[in-house]
Amino acid sequence: MMDLGKYAQVVLWSYAGAIALIAALIVLSLWQAAKTRRALREVEARQDQNNG
Amino acid sequence: MSIWEYANPKKFMQTSGAVLPWVAALAAICLITGLTWGFFFTPDAVNFGATVKIIYLHVPSAMMAINAWVMMLVASLIWLIRRHHVSALAAKAAAPVGLTMTLIALLTGAIWGQPMWGTWWAWDPRLTSFLILTLFYFGYLALWQAVENPDTAADLTSVLCIVGSVFALLSRYAVNFWNQGLHQGASLSLDKKENVSDVYYVPLLISIAGFVLLFLALVLLRTRTEIRARRLQALLLRERMA
Repeated sequence: MMDLGKYAQVVLWSYAGAIALIAALIVLSLWQAAKTRRALREVEARQDQNNG
Repeated sequence: MSIWEYANPKKFMQTSGAVLPWVAALAAICLITGLTWGFFFTPDAVNFGATVKIIYLHVPSAMMAINAWVMMLVASLIWLIRRHHVSALAAKAAAPVGLTMTLIALLTGAIWGQPMWGTWWAWDPRLTSFLILTLFYFGYLALWQAVENPDTAADLTSVLCIVGSVFALLSRYAVNFWNQGLHQGASLSLDKKENVSDVYYVPLLISIAGFVLLFLALVLLRTRTEIRARRLQALLLRERMA
């Protein structure tokens, strides 16, 4: 492990916080994208069926 | 070929679907390279010690927080002038990404400020205008949620975006306007004396490229989701009317 000296906590908390926020945003965006795509497919399939 | 072709949702979906994986992969490569290089392979600074490593997060995120708002401003103006729905949806899609960048900049700035300035926060012109920009981001997102009619929501949020642009510009240029406050000047400059030292410069540029590409990838992904959600709403409405 590299030596960050007396500022180790400052640096590590900054990286942990930033990475957590970015990861949360990516996961949320992917989850919303998948949910919307699935819902749209279902409605399109249902309407195609109804239209014969 | 004209840029206005992408105002057509079908064309936008086609092109963004092809480009998105490449942009996302490039973003991951640049972020991993820039942050790993900066964190593990750059020396401590004489005056800041190891806290200099925060520059690879703080500078790109603060830059993107402001640039995201500028992108939203351009998209909002296109909506107000030309009424292209994709541009309004792109502005809406960019807001959570911009807000996250703003929060990262505030968080890393506060964590860095405590040991360096002796305080988590100071009512410095740049910090204050940046905080107001953060509040505008929250307000912008809340307004999209609060108004049911999507076109009215797009109109109102576009106006809010224009007003908020004052603070986006202020947070970038506040250091130049008011020669006071704790926050130092720009880390990247054409003036060699003001620029960060060469040893930090390349990893910082790579991190910035990573943040720009991450922003682009997320905005493309989220705009695609917004377009699908809009189509879903239209189909459900048609189903109910039938």
